[in-house]
Amino acid sequence: MKHLSEYRDKDLAQKLISAIWARSKKPIHLMEVCGTHTVAIFRHGIRGVLPTNIQLISGPGCPVCVTATEEIDRAIKLARYPEVIVATFGDLIRVPGSDSSLQQERAMGRVIRLVYSSFDALKTAQENPNKKVIFLAIGFETTAPAIAATVLEAQRLGVENFFILSAHKLLPPALTALLNFGDLNIHGFIYPGHVTTVIGTAAYEQVAQTYHLPGVVCGFEPVDILETVLLLVEQIEKGQARVEIQYKRGATAEGNLKALAVLNQVFVPCDAPWRGLGLIPNSGLTLRAEYRAFAAEDQFDLQVPPAKDYPGCACGEVLRGVKTPLQCKLFGTVCLPDSPIGPCMVSTEGTCAAYYKYRD
Amino acid sequence: MCLAVPMEIKKITDNWAVVEYEGNRQEVRLDVIDYQPEVGDYVIIHAGFAIHRIDEEEAKESLRYWKEIMANADEASQ
Repeated sequence: MKHLSEYRDKDLAQKLISAIWARSKKPIHLMEVCGTHTVAIFRHGIRGVLPTNIQLISGPGCPVCVTATEEIDRAIKLARYPEVIVATFGDLIRVPGSDSSLQQERAMGRVIRLVYSSFDALKTAQENPNKKVIFLAIGFETTAPAIAATVLEAQRLGVENFFILSAHKLLPPALTALLNFGDLNIHGFIYPGHVTTVIGTAAYEQVAQTYHLPGVVCGFEPVDILETVLLLVEQIEKGQARVEIQYKRGATAEGNLKALAVLNQVFVPCDAPWRGLGLIPNSGLTLRAEYRAFAAEDQFDLQVPPAKDYPGCACGEVLRGVKTPLQCKLFGTVCLPDSPIGPCMVSTEGTCAAYYKYRD
Repeated sequence: MCLAVPMEIKKITDNWAVVEYEGNRQEVRLDVIDYQPEVGDYVIIHAGFAIHRIDEEEAKESLRYWKEIMANADEASQ
């Protein structure tokens, strides 16, 4: 397990924990904005080994969870067209829309295929020339270049029955929106390793300067997370607000320029709805004019009634980091992993699902 | 969702590569990787695409850094 096992070293983790205890004095809140971090922090029991003055808070880091109800409603409407095959990443099918979910639609006979890669969806289109295959394109900047590359390949191959419904989200505008709400009390960001692999650190530098908030780009193993916490503690104790990369094996300051070029060739930023955060300017991606032949919304009528969210569901506040799942009345009572009400309970990387799985 | 794992490149054919992790092999695309990898390189795989070639020197450097932290912590505790 090269590049993994050396970051699970118990002795090293213990040394980092000791160093954190020795150096951390101030009460601080650190926010992670990546669902994979949310799960890793629980799985490795990180909260339990940190001093009580350090609080780890989960932010809007799960693309499934931040997908707006209206976007789910549009996907459901698409699935109801008889000539359509919907292809999607697995977690999305269980997310409740206003009146249904893709899973319920599948139970009623709509054709919904789970895929691991957008390329599998393209292959499905090639294998089903009499159907229209629509890939539900969700994900942050980590995923968007892959989907852009799939669109380019579809164009190169002349595949005319492959479309995407873009519900991509961009992380930096969400960070700004989150901070501008004004009710969030945090002292530093644990930045997502693989979003940073693609976008680099320029956007975080702006956050550091504008809001005087330090941030560290973090890997996904226990030693990575502990070292990141230590780096943040050291900065905060000294009153600094710099951007550092802990996850050097996976991310660089400049990012992946090739991936960004592919992304920008195919997509252009657009305003996008986020669950919990509302409409955020330039926080989504839509296909450029040259690639509109692949846009599902140009092919089908996707008008849907105003979205309805379940009363009392606190996913919005959970995603903004102002409530924990334990403060939601539905959590663990009517909202359970087998019968989720909000998206944060659906995705394995959702904050509520992680809290539930690793509850005492 | 942004889950991605390091895997070793076993074979490259045009824009496709065969990668392996703990005995599991899969085919991935190379359309968006930052640096063209060679067989034997480790790359980070996300949703069927290689998105980053791991720089062995960077990886070794950060491990060296951690070993220094450990040594310093040992000194401080003595």
